[in-house]
Amino acid sequence: MNFKGKVHKFGANVDTDAIIPARFLNISEPAELAKHCMEGIDSEFVRKVEKGDIIVATTNFGCGSSREHAPIAIKASGVSCVIARSFARIFFRNAINIGLPLLECAQADEIEQSDELEVELEKGEVRDATRGKIFTAEPYPDFMLQLISAGGLIEHAKKKIEARRSR
Amino acid sequence: MTLAEKILAAHSGKDKVSPGEFLNVRVDLVMANDVTAPIAIREFERIGVSKVFDPKRVVMVPDHFVPNKDIPSAEQAKLMREFAREQGLVYFEVGSGGIEHVLLPEQGLVLPGDVVVGADSHTCTYGALGAFATGMGSTDIACAMATGEIWMKVPPTIKFVYHGRAKEWVSGKDLILHTIGDIGVDGALYAAMEFCGEAIDALSMDSRFTMANMAVEAGAKAGIFRVDNKTRAYLKDRAQRPYKVYESDEDARYEKIIEYDASRIEPQVAFPHLPSNTKPISEVGEVKIDQAVIGSCTNGRIEDLEVAAEVLKWRKVHPEVRLIIIPGSQGVYLEALRRGLVEIFVRAGAVVSTPTCGPCLGGHMGVLAAGERCISTTNRNFVGRMGSPESEVYLANPAIAAASAILGRIAGPEEVMT
Repeated sequence: MNFKGKVHKFGANVDTDAIIPARFLNISEPAELAKHCMEGIDSEFVRKVEKGDIIVATTNFGCGSSREHAPIAIKASGVSCVIARSFARIFFRNAINIGLPLLECAQADEIEQSDELEVELEKGEVRDATRGKIFTAEPYPDFMLQLISAGGLIEHAKKKIEARRSR
Repeated sequence: MTLAEKILAAHSGKDKVSPGEFLNVRVDLVMANDVTAPIAIREFERIGVSKVFDPKRVVMVPDHFVPNKDIPSAEQAKLMREFAREQGLVYFEVGSGGIEHVLLPEQGLVLPGDVVVGADSHTCTYGALGAFATGMGSTDIACAMATGEIWMKVPPTIKFVYHGRAKEWVSGKDLILHTIGDIGVDGALYAAMEFCGEAIDALSMDSRFTMANMAVEAGAKAGIFRVDNKTRAYLKDRAQRPYKVYESDEDARYEKIIEYDASRIEPQVAFPHLPSNTKPISEVGEVKIDQAVIGSCTNGRIEDLEVAAEVLKWRKVHPEVRLIIIPGSQGVYLEALRRGLVEIFVRAGAVVSTPTCGPCLGGHMGVLAAGERCISTTNRNFVGRMGSPESEVYLANPAIAAASAILGRIAGPEEVMT
């Protein structure tokens, strides 16, 4: 999977209340959640974001609540992937499970607001066209790759259940 | 192996596991609430199975926006209720339940040695009972409901040792806030936090629940305690099944060992907007407040209400402060009534609410306006957590919250108990 988009840059510890404030947890429709994406930290985000854009942050992105509404809102807002130095663990699982690609990249700090990025997910390569730099992301462990290639966790579970039935 | 590793090994059919290893883990209990269950149910239906793996091991608790605050939250609660009835799940209706993480241990549904996964980040609370419990999202929970299994990466364990005796008014809340202040909100990212030492042995079960509850605020996957006589006494008339106790080996490998002298830890206050932004109460200075909240899955247990009542008895809430007290479950509420605590609260001028997560996540029952400040016994003080993005939340123990409600500014209990 390859992505190309403009960077929306955030700092450290972007929490799930910043990504989708709890007052919107009485809805679960992706398109509705997308209307409030990042509202807790940048009320202009949904106006500025364009399809394919990339969120870049520093450490512990997605900390806080287990609400899957957070990666759902980001994905439905058109964001193609999130790059950060580190992710909170529940957010990491949730994003992979719903098909929002994440890249853990030690040099994420060097990427700036509005940079144009090209991302090659399989290679874990992040090319910053604005800065003329190439960064490398942590490769996914084999198990995670299996999960992603199965089409997410639900598809993975379906296969597991089919295998049990045929036993 | 550490306690966490032993539980995970036992649930994945292995003799030995090591940090970083991916496992397929059998779960003892799966949980979801009115906010996370609707998405979990939607994903469960996509898997294509008709029944959950074991209805006695799937629990659903309406607690976040209940009693329902608006039509959309009523629709979500209804969807969950209907699914729970149709599947025959363990379900606690408003009036017989409470906040999930207060309720499940109280009902004896979580036991030592269990693996518990819940669609709520504070599922780690159950580690106080020597269980491996961790929060996940709705899709993971959907798969766990369907298969009774979940994939996990074995976390490294960080051991936290609290030497000595804690001072008066220093509770589990202060030990964990001090710890998060020390290591940061990602100081235990992906790790299991094992709590031990003399000060931990002396802690009540309620205080241990508070500590395990906030492990996630340091980024941890789980917070875990050794089972001792206090744990056994707590479980004596509660446990719904037999259980197995695991202990860390003498030569268990820890990623790090962090030690504190508990006798030097003061009551703590976490300033906006991170739980790690802590100061000892003596360094807080003049911080006026508009509201105080005592309750939540962190501090909504009977000991918390006892402490608050001790401070509030024969005293009055400051005329410019709203004090909102929320027992964590109907069981806690009833006990507070029996002990006369509710009367103390009402006479002091507090509002006593039915159990709900409510204001903790800015849902209802005490949402803040722009410019308002609240001292709260809850677990998070992120921007906008309790309402307006321009409001502020300060985290503390119930004694500080009660004293602050009386004085109208953040203060320790000694200031009012003279």
